Amino acid sequence: MAENTYLIRGAAILGGEAEDLLIRDGMIEARGKDLAAEGATVIDAAGLVALPGMVDVHTHLREPGREDAETVETGTRAAALGGFTAVHAMANSNPVADTAGVVEQVHSLGRASGWVDVRPVGAVTVGLAGEQLAELGAMADSRAQVRMFSDDGICVHDPVIMRRALEYVKAFDGVVAQHAQEPRLTAGAQMNEGTVSAVLGLTGWPAVAEESIIARDVLLTQHVGSRLHVCHVSTAGSVEIVRWAKARGINVTAEVTPHHLLLTDELVRSYDPVYKVNPPLRTDADVQALREGLADGTIDVVGTDHAPHPSEHKECEWAQAAMGMTGLETALSVVQETMIETGLMSWADFARVTSFTPAVIGRVADQGRPLEVGEPANVILVDPAARWTVDPHKMATMGRNSPFKGKELPGSVVATFFKGHPTVLDGKLNTPYRYPAVSSN
Amino acid sequence: MKHLLSTENLSAFDAIRVLDTAEEMSAVGEREVKKLPALRGRTVVNLFFEDSTRTRISFEAAAKRLSADVINFAAKGSSVSKGESLKDTAQTLAAMGADAVVIRHWASGAPHRLAATDWIDAAVINAGDGTHEHPTQALLDAFTMRRHWSRVNGTESTGADLRGMRVAIAGDVLHSRVARSNVWLLKTLGAEVTLVAPPTLLPIGVEHWPCKVSYDLDQTLEAGIDAMMMLRVQGERMNASFFPSTREYSRRWGFDDARLRALDDLGMKDTIIMHPGPMNRGLEISSAAADSPRSTVLAQVRNGVSVRMAALYLLLSGDSRGAASNVSQSSKETN
Repeated sequence: MAENTYLIRGAAILGGEAEDLLIRDGMIEARGKDLAAEGATVIDAAGLVALPGMVDVHTHLREPGREDAETVETGTRAAALGGFTAVHAMANSNPVADTAGVVEQVHSLGRASGWVDVRPVGAVTVGLAGEQLAELGAMADSRAQVRMFSDDGICVHDPVIMRRALEYVKAFDGVVAQHAQEPRLTAGAQMNEGTVSAVLGLTGWPAVAEESIIARDVLLTQHVGSRLHVCHVSTAGSVEIVRWAKARGINVTAEVTPHHLLLTDELVRSYDPVYKVNPPLRTDADVQALREGLADGTIDVVGTDHAPHPSEHKECEWAQAAMGMTGLETALSVVQETMIETGLMSWADFARVTSFTPAVIGRVADQGRPLEVGEPANVILVDPAARWTVDPHKMATMGRNSPFKGKELPGSVVATFFKGHPTVLDGKLNTPYRYPAVSSN
Repeated sequence: MKHLLSTENLSAFDAIRVLDTAEEMSAVGEREVKKLPALRGRTVVNLFFEDSTRTRISFEAAAKRLSADVINFAAKGSSVSKGESLKDTAQTLAAMGADAVVIRHWASGAPHRLAATDWIDAAVINAGDGTHEHPTQALLDAFTMRRHWSRVNGTESTGADLRGMRVAIAGDVLHSRVARSNVWLLKTLGAEVTLVAPPTLLPIGVEHWPCKVSYDLDQTLEAGIDAMMMLRVQGERMNASFFPSTREYSRRWGFDDARLRALDDLGMKDTIIMHPGPMNRGLEISSAAADSPRSTVLAQVRNGVSVRMAALYLLLSGDSRGAASNVSQSSKETN
């Protein structure tokens, strides 16, 4: 069926040599030079880079509960446009994704939308309250097949609860994704504590509040022999601690957001809440350490922490504003700007930190696979020579809170293939993938 | 100057212009009829999201002496969940035709938001925002210091700065907008500043400020100072372990009777004692010190009106916002 057959002509595979990719019925059927078109739809990819579809380990889709901020439909449209073929939907919805029922709802919404794989993250504790473990096993066994658990937005600060969670998820190969923030050290915190906060008179969020939790958690992880993922690492000290833990053989992975790779707390001097985020923007020394950590593998993955908010939550005083930034549609460009244009990473490294490793951490089958014959066709085409100016009003996400507004960034997503279907063509949304009718959904 | 948001970005030229204008305004206050027609027909809104009777009446007196119409808007308790947002409040004031908004807000940066957004086009004066800045307080403090310093040196105060003056500021620097505004302005005017506080009440990053930092008030006094400014300390801070008890605070960092005597013993006959008010007598300052001839507390209040008159005058009828251009602007709008 020609409808399901695409021939990508002459794309630089992972930034390497230009080759053709033949996609048929959701799979990569052939790879090589001068493949025959065989009635396939031909896509001229000269000058483009072919990469595995990006996998976000950290996305806030807001549904259920805050459909005024984002829905699964709008969030996954944004994801597809940003080059993603899978996202992990964080658990801080309303109701919280702390039961099999809620994670199955989010999973079903994702399949109905059909833009990317939506992998629900389950809450670690009931209602994110940090007191009692949620039914992690029920969520793992549900149709959503949850493997990543997180109270993201709130730290699992009680060391006993954290220990139990780490132990318990071993039963089903789960991972606890920790939002590392010591709550007592960050009461009322508004921004990074340092030179800028001193001048602005905003309550500081000290680096030690992140680092002390990471230090505790890697030791707990070692003690109980489990698997830990550290969300949005933001400080140079955190990079050092993760590096130390990995050297000791502790099974820890770490994530960095695009905004922490590019922006610093100097931006807060404007008091514009678009720069308010948790963990906060840090210093230039932290930015450099995060880039080095990502380049040398200390930090395993890029996670967007895409956090859309309705405009009224940002059009106010700094202290009143919600924390968070959108990121799905700018992630690729920001990582290109900060890691590739700087010579710190290649496109093959990019594929590792945005696709291969995130899929392994989230245990997402069929994602983050090499672009080889017989593999699922989750593929994106990127124009690395493109330059564009960020305009939040032109984005698919409902959130207008992009800190990159007005910035010129390199790289654009030309096409996204999800399960062999082009969800994005010519840089625009095409049509969603439709699951076969026999599906249980 | 379109707005007065902070002293951090206030140039020496603008600062001295405000102080010199305040000298002229002060002369008006000595007259039998304490009123100028300068801002007749202009509307000044005092927008207070936090109680501060002293600051509000000072601005109110300043605006009225310049013949402006004054509207007091107490928006206390306003928040996103309850009541009106800052944006709606600002747009309401804009619709009413406010020419200047004097804003006091518990949130650091709220005046910057008003000035940076298109919610309102009025001149914005920061009357104290959170723990950020209180620029008119620093200007009135500098005005008070400059008069004193000129008298001591036998020079003319108009046009002068504070070069060579040694100023110590003691108290809760961490939570003080007065301290921040004073540090920047005094540096700009050439004074040497020493902050004295318990380490818990100094912000991380204070080492980058253009001043010295000391934990020892007595050593600072012995080193010699020309002005001693005490900051208000909230007794409740001890509940958050910023210091063990009010008594211990008072012993180590309070300006008590013994330290008042020390000024005499050390031969510092011209050293003044300042306080932005309201004072916690017996905590950061003893009654004897507050009421001594060295105290400038009431002069500061008096000078506050002059300095705020100067700020309102310069923002509303100075340079770019001259009366003529405003008239032509409003006639355009009627077309």
